[in-house]
Amino acid sequence: MPILTRLAEHDRRPLRFMLDGRPCIGREGDTVLTAVLTEAERLRLSEFSGAPRAGFCLMGACQDCWIATETGECLRACTTFLAEGMRLLTDPGAAP
Amino acid sequence: MTASIRPVVVGAGPAGVRAAQTLVAAGLRPVVVDEAPAWGGQIYRQQPPGFTRPKRALYGFEVTRAKAVHAAMAAIRDRVDYRPHTLVWNAEGERLDLLSDGRAATLTYTHLILATGATDRVLPFPGWTTPGVYTLGGAQVALKFQGCGIGRRVAFLGTGPLLYLVAYQYARAGAAVAAVLDTAPFTAKLQAAPGMLRLPAVFAKGLWYLAWLKARGIPVRSGVRPLQVEGEARATGLLWREGTRERRVACDAVAFGYGLRSETQLADLLGCRFAFDALDRAYLPVRDAAGRTSVPHVYVAGDGAGVMGADAAERAGERAALALLQDIGTAVDGARALHLERELGRIQGFRRALERAFPVPADWAANVPDDLVICRCEEVRAGELRAATREAGAREMNRLKALTRVGMGRCQGRMCGTAAAEILAQACDTAPEAVGRLRGQPPVKPLPVALARHVEPEEVGR
Repeated sequence: MPILTRLAEHDRRPLRFMLDGRPCIGREGDTVLTAVLTEAERLRLSEFSGAPRAGFCLMGACQDCWIATETGECLRACTTFLAEGMRLLTDPGAAP
Repeated sequence: MTASIRPVVVGAGPAGVRAAQTLVAAGLRPVVVDEAPAWGGQIYRQQPPGFTRPKRALYGFEVTRAKAVHAAMAAIRDRVDYRPHTLVWNAEGERLDLLSDGRAATLTYTHLILATGATDRVLPFPGWTTPGVYTLGGAQVALKFQGCGIGRRVAFLGTGPLLYLVAYQYARAGAAVAAVLDTAPFTAKLQAAPGMLRLPAVFAKGLWYLAWLKARGIPVRSGVRPLQVEGEARATGLLWREGTRERRVACDAVAFGYGLRSETQLADLLGCRFAFDALDRAYLPVRDAAGRTSVPHVYVAGDGAGVMGADAAERAGERAALALLQDIGTAVDGARALHLERELGRIQGFRRALERAFPVPADWAANVPDDLVICRCEEVRAGELRAATREAGAREMNRLKALTRVGMGRCQGRMCGTAAAEILAQACDTAPEAVGRLRGQPPVKPLPVALARHVEPEEVGR
């Protein structure tokens, strides 16, 4: 079950993106964090313990919410807006 | 003469906006650098374009102030060099290093007003890194900025005015509030009540949120101690202690925090002198009543200079800008400056009472288990901090950092610095003041690796 739940602002243009190879739909104005965590339970795995992480401060201070793209970039999910066609990975180390 | 003055304001919350407005009124054209996509800061954060909730729904009792701050910036928009979505990752010798949409730039200034705000003060407890656990401020951002709740059934924990405010906002937005758990004893609030009457309207709002929550049958508890967030892949429940009894509530998210912590890293990088502030229980830049730091032409204002709230931030931003104007020889309204300082003094008195009403739990460090992760970036545990003290003789924060890597991760100690200082002080049987403070190191926020190669200087004052 996803972490975040939409409580308001439902009527926005849908934006398609890929999460771990799965087609997903977010909304225009979603941050990457919102788009991912309304679909999934994590943004990444800790590089130390492997435990799932889903952000913490949501205001650009804690740096807990970095997420990988399929091309190897990292995005700070809480301050990056979702764009149509983004391809995101919560576990870039997983076999394709 | 003002042509050679290049003022830069960092932050576009209540302090930064009022500072910029004051500079513009005096004929200057400041650069305003802000990480957010729109002005307002955290408290008056604006929702993205296309969202339709009215401001009343976002800001509640503060809607008039929010609108005023938003309007003030809108009115000067074409008279400032406004740089939204831009973070400052280094500050040194009258120069700021910026990052905006993946592009690096350098910005020089003659005068700098730091209005960098605050984040939640975090005191970790078992399970705090579990998905679904956020700061109180983060829970508020999710709702205000994205129209989302951090869960369907949320428990609120910690202490401070945000605890009750965010719980109330969630309940109003249609989320289930599982419980509101205040670590401060109820007697603390009774004792603080006379001091809080210095600002009766603010006091009344606090009581109103509390009464509203209780009237809806939401459990509100005082004097609790958090024990554990249940769940691995995500939060499924919260355990706490109340007196001698353990209690549990089922929830799928937890928001927690213990008041606020000033964001001071840029002042630190610039070499501003710091002193321990007993009220904030933190080292803060030394400043005069107008906001001048120990470094000439560097000013601090708002919660980033010491936590006093948004109303104080507006006044401090204006006062710091007046100080800047005074320092460049511009005539300012002296009566206005004095009035602002008096107002700030009055709010400071209220702030003292708030701290008595919502004290940080004094027994926190002593009760932290050794296996608790304190640094969520690099997963440094409390036991490692204690061992560094016991076995390597660490008695100072930067020594502790060198030995354990606490504060060295991506957050640069913003989340763990407070907790690590409390643990070190407790382990050394001394006060947090005695263990010093983590020194900032650029980049204060992580840079994409590729950027390190092409940093283009940029002309300012175009």
